[in-house]
Amino acid sequence: MKRNRGYQILANTVMLLVTALVILPFVLLLMSSLTDENVLLANGYSFIPGKFSLGAYEYIFRSGDKIFRAYGMTILITATGTVANIAMTALFAYPLSLKKLPARRVITFLVFFTMLFNGGLVPSYILWSNYIGVKDTVWGLILPNLMLSPMNILLMRTYFETSIPDTLYEAAQIDGASQPKIFTSIVLPLGKPILVTIGTFSALAYWNDWNNGLYYITQRTDLYAIQSLLNKMVSDIQFLSQNSGNVSSDLAATLSKVPSTGVQMAIAFVAILPIIAVFPFLQKYYSKGIALGAVKG
Amino acid sequence: MKEEKVVAKTTSSRMQKFKTWYPLFLMMLPGAVYIIINNYLPMLGIVIAFKNVDFKKGILASDWVGFKNFEFLFSSSDAFVITRNTLLYNIVFIILNTFLGILFAIFICDVTSKHLKKLYQSAILFPFLMSMVIVGYIVFAFFSMQSGIVNKTILPALGREPIFWYNEPKYWPAILIFVNTWKGVGYGCLIYISAINGIDPSLYEAAELDGAGKLKQILNITLPSILPNVITLTLLSVGRIFYSDFGLFYQVPRNSGMLYSTTNVIDTYVYRGLMQQNNIGMSSAAGVYQSLVGFVLVLLANLIVSKVSKENALF
Repeated sequence: MKRNRGYQILANTVMLLVTALVILPFVLLLMSSLTDENVLLANGYSFIPGKFSLGAYEYIFRSGDKIFRAYGMTILITATGTVANIAMTALFAYPLSLKKLPARRVITFLVFFTMLFNGGLVPSYILWSNYIGVKDTVWGLILPNLMLSPMNILLMRTYFETSIPDTLYEAAQIDGASQPKIFTSIVLPLGKPILVTIGTFSALAYWNDWNNGLYYITQRTDLYAIQSLLNKMVSDIQFLSQNSGNVSSDLAATLSKVPSTGVQMAIAFVAILPIIAVFPFLQKYYSKGIALGAVKG
Repeated sequence: MKEEKVVAKTTSSRMQKFKTWYPLFLMMLPGAVYIIINNYLPMLGIVIAFKNVDFKKGILASDWVGFKNFEFLFSSSDAFVITRNTLLYNIVFIILNTFLGILFAIFICDVTSKHLKKLYQSAILFPFLMSMVIVGYIVFAFFSMQSGIVNKTILPALGREPIFWYNEPKYWPAILIFVNTWKGVGYGCLIYISAINGIDPSLYEAAELDGAGKLKQILNITLPSILPNVITLTLLSVGRIFYSDFGLFYQVPRNSGMLYSTTNVIDTYVYRGLMQQNNIGMSSAAGVYQSLVGFVLVLLANLIVSKVSKENALF
């Protein structure tokens, strides 16, 4: 046992260091948002606010029309997208989990193949924006890429296949239950753990998404979700610093619209707050989902 | 007469079959339509790389230019830089994430305190759930030239001059590798933890009776037991070696033009070509290059694994 104690100390020391490395950057983010703006300008970001201030958060509440709007947008797309995602995944995965489904192997292969090969950004961007016309509409944030994941279909199919016994389906069919009835009264209740897991994946993907905003929302900045807004502030600042030699009145106008450094950190913190709030729940289902993903279909 | 009967029978059994299955196919319809639009139609869009796209004519009617877009791409120095960056970063990412993922997983599983175990598991997953935009902000809080904690607090404390991080490409391989590990190591780690938890504890008890030390137990029991998971995960990453996390290379360096020599990868190149330079030809050529080589690499990686140990192959 003595030999073991040295090992325990080693393992705990390493993991405590890792934990600190993970947590401290978020502490820096929070502390920076709580620092007085003038102190921030003089001393930079710091773990200990030289002068504590809620000014950044007050600013968000006072003049944060744009920020509230973006936050609402994020909630809207997360809710809509996640519901659509779970429904479409379950409706596709259940038939695919039935061993007698005609062309089952071909369909499974066609789903799997999209994970091996894709057309890339250019065709998919042109398709969604020029042919389907989601550009600068709320659909641009919901439809492309995020609404259905082939990987999740296969995960859910495997779950249905292995955890719902065939005898249940047979019994229901003898009772004369229709397929929609079987789906709602057997598949959905028994598949609840996987539905929640896939829902968690999807909700987080929508909440964190900034790619769709970057590609498909270019003019209608009122449609920005919170991540897109954060991204936009970065590119505005980048633009300014790269053109600082010839600041025109246009640029100066943009400059005045970019929130101060403390406010930016506050917006970023507000964006991750819900993730922190539901972290225990996320962790439970995310870990489950990750472990499932390791078991190949 | 006989033939007719057979035909009638098969049609009626077909009808029967149709009646049984059509509600199920109807259920699959929304998903199928989505996959066709979102995943399959863009595959046809590969023709864009061989055309001089003119939106007034439409994509199909645009002029064919053969391999001209590819000639332009590969005659520029960009093709080499983005390929090199994509491959080298991914190789380092795979090695580090595998090694550290396994190491942390072993430590976490062996820690006796339940509370600490929970804490470590939470900590390691936490950054994985954050968007790259947020990660970009955090990195900025460290490396901002005017107000970053490194330039304002750490370097002065060491008596050093501030560094213009976002203008100096040479620092970015280290920063990006650290950030990628910091954010991503948890994913593999959690998989390894669940694999280690599945190992029969009596194996360790027997080894302990034989007087095998911890290191020996790890080498002879833990590692061989989780090898299938390691192979599957590595295989998946090798198959994706031609792709990179767009957010990591776009958000974290804040799209700073001065850093392109060490931060430009195929994904960021395709994006900039399409959205910022409006160079659809070159951009789509790079995209097709990525899709095709990526596809060949997945098949190749899988082939090699299926030769070595068939049960670990993906398909």
